[in-house]
Amino acid sequence: MKNEEPTELLSSSLKIVNIGLESFSQDLQKQGVSVIHVDWSPPAGGNVKLANLLSKLGS
Amino acid sequence: MKQIEQANNRALERLLAATPVLVDVVPAQEVISNLKDRMILHAGPPIGWDRMCGPMRGAVAGIAVFEGWASDLKVAEQMASDDAFDFQPNHHFNAVGPMTGITTRSQPVMVVENTAFGNKAYCAINEGLGKVMRFGGNDREVINRLRWLRDSFGPAFGSALRHIEGLPLKDIVARGLTMGDEMHQRNVGCSSLFLRALAPALAETVADRTELSKALTFMGGNDQFFLNVAMVLGKAIMDPVRDIEGSSVVTAMSRNGTEFGIRVSGTGDTWFTAPVEMPEGLYFPGFTAEDANPDMGDSTIVETIGLGGFAMAAAPAVAGFVGAGEASEAALTTRAMSEITISENPEWTIPSLNYTGVPTGIDIRRVVETGIVPTINTGIAHRKPGVGQVGAGVVKAPMACFEKALLALAERLGVS
Repeated sequence: MKNEEPTELLSSSLKIVNIGLESFSQDLQKQGVSVIHVDWSPPAGGNVKLANLLSKLGS
Repeated sequence: MKQIEQANNRALERLLAATPVLVDVVPAQEVISNLKDRMILHAGPPIGWDRMCGPMRGAVAGIAVFEGWASDLKVAEQMASDDAFDFQPNHHFNAVGPMTGITTRSQPVMVVENTAFGNKAYCAINEGLGKVMRFGGNDREVINRLRWLRDSFGPAFGSALRHIEGLPLKDIVARGLTMGDEMHQRNVGCSSLFLRALAPALAETVADRTELSKALTFMGGNDQFFLNVAMVLGKAIMDPVRDIEGSSVVTAMSRNGTEFGIRVSGTGDTWFTAPVEMPEGLYFPGFTAEDANPDMGDSTIVETIGLGGFAMAAAPAVAGFVGAGEASEAALTTRAMSEITISENPEWTIPSLNYTGVPTGIDIRRVVETGIVPTINTGIAHRKPGVGQVGAGVVKAPMACFEKALLALAERLGVS
């Protein structure tokens, strides 16, 4: 099994997209790591009953 | 769901087809049916004296003296606690009012007719800045100003409007958006355009030069004069959008200083309420957040039609005034609001967003799904009666209102 790709990944600078919890991206930024944060949360804030209704109501 | 999409399309068609024209100013009792003696209309969903906040109590006491129902403020408060007054929401009478929103029979109200649908809406005249009744002010200065509005300015205002056979309002809003207004906390452009349109008619119809001068000075000295006009045109636009079976579009958002309430087209005139939140904002010198009353007023009808916080990108100066961040961040608020609306208004566009229309038609499904609630630009009243405005800020509509409305709409549609 060739191992060029993992070696390249570990030796090059990281390109990070963080989705969801913003504190993860903030921690990386504090360490000088470049990161793009995507503001995302589960539908209806994770409320299963409301999320099910939304799927039926066609949001 | 096809039924909801079709209903929302119909709601949008009605919303965009609206043609609000300011046609008259008359005593409220002449146009608001069933506005009886000792009836006091207030902002927000229904509330009684026992649960009213400080500034609303202050305004109630003040208006009772103004109407001659009480000899002084103390007597008025006692009468209120003895159930001498009938409290009703403005929205139940095709009316709106800013902050405390107090409307009674002898106050002059602006009449806006939505000529596309034939409905009319009503709102009192903006009193100016500082110590005013809408912020709970109720001393002699406040009441004397109301008397002048009733006896002099209101009749003159009405005569001028009749002289020009009404003033179409949509174009004024469109131009205001290009002049840095969002029509809630900034009305400098629209108030100026409004004065320019009305001043010649006032000059024609007011014979007394002293009264003419007072009227022009009053209008010209109040940057927020157009706020009440924007509100009443908003009410006239949204009322024909009510009662469309299946529609998930919000037709009213309003606060009474204790609760925030919304109405949704597909659920009739039911209010969905939750405790109102505190605005976050900037305070006038000498005041702090500890002095602030929770959010209040029918003025959120402005956001309901896509202005105010929804049009923040048009008014970067407001972002700083209300403490909503840097001027360069104003566009972010408008973009966020476009996540929870069904369309844009092609007649009301924002230059800095390449003439994108303001976000229009709040969809409760999108609010609940995204977790993004309407952003509202608002004034802040002192929590005690009689003090007045202490600042301006931004407040979020409570998510619970939209969740309750969604559950009710689903039940009505037989979805579980």
